[in-house]
Amino acid sequence: MTFADTTKIAITSIFRNKGRALLTMLGIIIGVGSVVLLTSIGTGLQKYIEEQFASFGSNVIYLVPGNPFGDSGGFGNPEDAIIERTKKTLKLSMIPQIKRQFREHIASAAPMSLFSGQVQYKITEKKATFIGTTEELEKVLNNKAAKGQWFTKTDVDSEKRVVLLGDTLATELFGDVDPINKSIKINTVTFQVIGVLEKKGGGGFGGPSFDSYGYLPFGTATKLFNNDTLNEIAIQGRSKEDVEPLVSDIKGLLIDKYNLTKEDFTVFEQTQILNTINSVLSVLTLGLGGIAAISLVVGGIGIMNIMLVTVTERTREIGLRKALGATPNQIMLQFLIEAATLSVFGGSIGVLVAFLGSLAIQRFFPAAVTLSAVLLAFGVSAAVGIIFGVAPARKASKLSPIEALRSE
Amino acid sequence: MLLQLKNVSKIYKLGEVEIHALREVTIQINEGEFVAIMGPSGSGKSTFLQVASMLSAVTSGQIFLKDKQVESYDEVEQAGLRNKEIGFVFQQFNLLPRTSSLDNVELPLLYAKVEASERHRRARAMLEKVGLGDRLQNTPAQLSGGQQQRVAIARALINNPIIIFADEPTGNLDSKSGEDIKNILKDLNKEGKTIIMVTHEDDVAMIAKRLVFFRDGEICYDDKFGWNKRREQNLKPEDRKEIESKLKMMKKKK
Repeated sequence: MTFADTTKIAITSIFRNKGRALLTMLGIIIGVGSVVLLTSIGTGLQKYIEEQFASFGSNVIYLVPGNPFGDSGGFGNPEDAIIERTKKTLKLSMIPQIKRQFREHIASAAPMSLFSGQVQYKITEKKATFIGTTEELEKVLNNKAAKGQWFTKTDVDSEKRVVLLGDTLATELFGDVDPINKSIKINTVTFQVIGVLEKKGGGGFGGPSFDSYGYLPFGTATKLFNNDTLNEIAIQGRSKEDVEPLVSDIKGLLIDKYNLTKEDFTVFEQTQILNTINSVLSVLTLGLGGIAAISLVVGGIGIMNIMLVTVTERTREIGLRKALGATPNQIMLQFLIEAATLSVFGGSIGVLVAFLGSLAIQRFFPAAVTLSAVLLAFGVSAAVGIIFGVAPARKASKLSPIEALRSE
Repeated sequence: MLLQLKNVSKIYKLGEVEIHALREVTIQINEGEFVAIMGPSGSGKSTFLQVASMLSAVTSGQIFLKDKQVESYDEVEQAGLRNKEIGFVFQQFNLLPRTSSLDNVELPLLYAKVEASERHRRARAMLEKVGLGDRLQNTPAQLSGGQQQRVAIARALINNPIIIFADEPTGNLDSKSGEDIKNILKDLNKEGKTIIMVTHEDDVAMIAKRLVFFRDGEICYDDKFGWNKRREQNLKPEDRKEIESKLKMMKKKK
């Protein structure tokens, strides 16, 4: 009797009890489905955040006032973080100084200050966040103009009243109208729109997105909003290798040259934040998967239960097969394959259900079914079938042929 | 000598009670013989069949099949013997339910690792031989009792065994179907197959060439050797009378 023959027998007998097989598989379907679906939410979130970070430019170091991360190193109390960010320890003059000092390692650097203001085009009026910056932000954040162009160094130096709009803000103000060269009012002062930025995405969890910001020349912005706090300096290293040494070099420079203490500012790179978020999400994914795995075990017990019933029900068949020359191993294999088929088939349906489920979830929330999650769930479900199938299959293989034949 | 049992005993344990189903049974059966095993229920005739056909292990004694001592074979070796050397015909037919005649007959070939196309060919030929060439795809539920038993006989013959064990082969059949099965068995024996059959029906036993009577787990009368001398003194007179009258009547009918 070949393996294929045994498999055929096992599958045939499953098909004889379709309803029961389906109900048994339901446990595995739910188990595998929930493991794959829940981990897909975790990994989807992770992927989403990585993409967001990548879209904010690569090899970027941030220099911010105070210590927004709190003493413990994580993201501290949000109120404290806001207070820290408005400390006036950063100066615009630091940018040329830093760039000069580490010329070989720095590609570009730009200041970023955030302001809140009222913007108006014709009768459309709304509140918006503005970033005061320089032309270099285009390179640092990899944030190109989709229409029109970025303001130039001359525009920045002469504090011209020009504005670039994020994609979302442009749509909200202008709808289908082309915003280029149109005049808008920011806090009642007239500005000319010179460009609309490429869509960046992000800000999906209710927070502001780069797409909903307006971008102003730094000097223009500080005058307009009458506030010269520098919230952030974004510095782009020339390569990945430059990032780590730059972080400590810039720290040293600021402490030496500007008489600042460690508490006055923070230098961090985005991978640092990314790693923190990723480690949190990994734990989350693991936790979700673990909880779902419980249902997989319950599904496995369901298989064991039904296989025990099957063995009892088919004692006569087992006796007959033995009388006709089946060895204990062949009987064991037949029932093991039956259990494994139930679980693998159920697992496949579970993966399919999870895949469809994640497609549905993707409309509201990032979710990604990964190959590794599918393979793992598949492997686990096959293992569950075999492990929980062993006891009934052994029981079947050990029956004495004549006693099995005589059972009613 | 095809099959030989030497001092074979079988003891069942039911809790504390030991039941001696077979007591030191010794018998020799040659190739081509047709033996009918008779006796009332509890006489040990069915246990004899199970032990001799390796469906059940002996408690003591030896069994030789074609001069090979087989009672000490392990489970796998015994499975191989049952598969290739022995054919079974049961009172309850014991066909796999919801399975076609063809698949039922193929079953022993499956365990004999015969290829699929060869299995189909042989099973079809065997079913044609027992007159069921037009019932290949029918499941047991779609067949009459006699037809089911013919499928079972085809299954018993499929691996060309050297010996066939039949346990009350007509016990579940009406007399017409019973006649058919009796004729098939008679023909098989004519073709040279060795058959050992347990029955309690005199007219079924009459198709056999050799009669063996069991009482209390022992052979008390064997056509070939007459009364069991060792057993004779503790045989109850009424049992002896019954067997004698049976023999007389059966000889008269023949």
